[in-house]
Amino acid sequence: MRALLYLVASAVPGLVAVAVAVMAFATPFAALLAVPAVPLVAWFERWRLGAPAARHRWRELGLGLASLLVLWWIDLVMIAFAVGGPIVLIISPAVQEDLGPAIAASVAGAVLVPVGGYVLVLWGRARMTMARELLEPHRLEEVVASRARLVDAFDVERRRIERDLHDGAQQRLVALSMRLGLAKLDLPPGSPAAEQVASAHEEARQALVELRELIRGVHPQVLTDRGLAAAIREAASRSPVPVEVETDLDRLPEQVETAAYYVVSEALANIAKHSGASRAWIRASGRFVMEIGDDGKGGADPARGSGLTGLADRLAVVGGRLSLSSPAGGPTTMRVEIPCE
Amino acid sequence: MRVVIAEDAVLLREGLVGLLERFGHEVVAAVGDAEALTEAAMAHRPDVVVTDVRMPPGFTDEGLRAAIGLRAEGLPVLVLSQYVEQTYAAELVDAGEGVGYLLKDRIGEVSEFVDALDRVAKGGMVVDPEVVRQLLGRRRDPLRRLTPRELEVLGLIAEGRSNASIARELVVTDAAVAKHIANIFAKLDLPPAADGHRRVLAVLAYLRT
Repeated sequence: MRALLYLVASAVPGLVAVAVAVMAFATPFAALLAVPAVPLVAWFERWRLGAPAARHRWRELGLGLASLLVLWWIDLVMIAFAVGGPIVLIISPAVQEDLGPAIAASVAGAVLVPVGGYVLVLWGRARMTMARELLEPHRLEEVVASRARLVDAFDVERRRIERDLHDGAQQRLVALSMRLGLAKLDLPPGSPAAEQVASAHEEARQALVELRELIRGVHPQVLTDRGLAAAIREAASRSPVPVEVETDLDRLPEQVETAAYYVVSEALANIAKHSGASRAWIRASGRFVMEIGDDGKGGADPARGSGLTGLADRLAVVGGRLSLSSPAGGPTTMRVEIPCE
Repeated sequence: MRVVIAEDAVLLREGLVGLLERFGHEVVAAVGDAEALTEAAMAHRPDVVVTDVRMPPGFTDEGLRAAIGLRAEGLPVLVLSQYVEQTYAAELVDAGEGVGYLLKDRIGEVSEFVDALDRVAKGGMVVDPEVVRQLLGRRRDPLRRLTPRELEVLGLIAEGRSNASIARELVVTDAAVAKHIANIFAKLDLPPAADGHRRVLAVLAYLRT
């Protein structure tokens, strides 16, 4: 219905434009009327879409000009055929001498009314879409860009947390552990105080180990310093399932390295938790293709709310793609491609 | 011994100075960044250098790079790292003998830490047991040819232990350890050269896989 109204709204200025054009044939000066008309037309186009004030001035004017010269004319022709055609057929008994075919034409005209209406609605929708695309381009790109900004902000934040912990809590714990170690030396072995200090020392040591593991998950230092290849090898060496790594990577853009690293972490965690594999492999090369596989039981399903969906989102931000093949019975292969200049 | 320390966290730097002085060593310079470290070490020519990995201005791996540079100048270096990074360990071991790579946590094990520093100063090689433990989890060529016992011995070599100390650890005779080590060298295709040199190569093979 909205599409129909939208289209019919074209008829009014369309007819005006036709009138002006007809005058222009008579006197070329009338064509000058079109010049101030363009912004007016553009405003009208935006108003009937209900679109917000455009940020793309030139696009708006372009749409105005296109409407004036071409689109409204097409609208008029469409309306004329879709509405006028059936009407002419329906009223044919009134104008035709020969009643038989005239009545048949009239029936045909009545049948054609919904067809004409449908065609009008379709055209109206197409016109709306066209106008909207022209007036508000890049909406998808903006979504992707805003997502990228979010991810970047998130990464920056992770890095800040890692640095704060490294410079703060970790250093303090090391210093504490050192003091306790020294205190142990001063206390007579076997005394109650020595035992207390020894157990405090052990607590501090445990806290350090836990904090270290936590921080590694937040942001691996080696990724920043040495890049993706080193970080992949490092992650693979911590995997409980033996992982073969083949890579000839150079340094890649930071967002690409980070996104790829999280894919590797997530994949290795999945392999350790669910696959039952006896071995796994990671092959990464070029700019940038990576394959991660295992000889486990397969059946990995992105739809089942694993971390895989999150990975795909994460990759989409850097324009990357993730494909997964995991038939029941295995093997599972994940392929990641990220374009980078 | 005369020691130069580089560590950007003041708390820890002061602590390290106190600890080493307590064990009778002389800290000839304690600095807070990699550039100052290189200057101080070249000026004082200490018996051993102790440095953090991450320091100003870039807070990446300045300390490690400075340490590798100083090692090339013939100074023994012990690198302290907040994290176990095999990449760093391998780069250091590549720099030759008289190198150490320890987790900062080990500073708390005061006696072991001072002992490790001694070994590095004497031209030994010390790699954090945690690095070794992680590496032991990986079985790959050329290490695949080693028996579990030989791998265990190689792990202890990588920690910079002497034959006698390995024998004590595994409760076997020195002769048995020597035999294991000979087998390891043979299996890793290490040419018969100076024993110490072969040890380094074995550890390298170990860290590279």
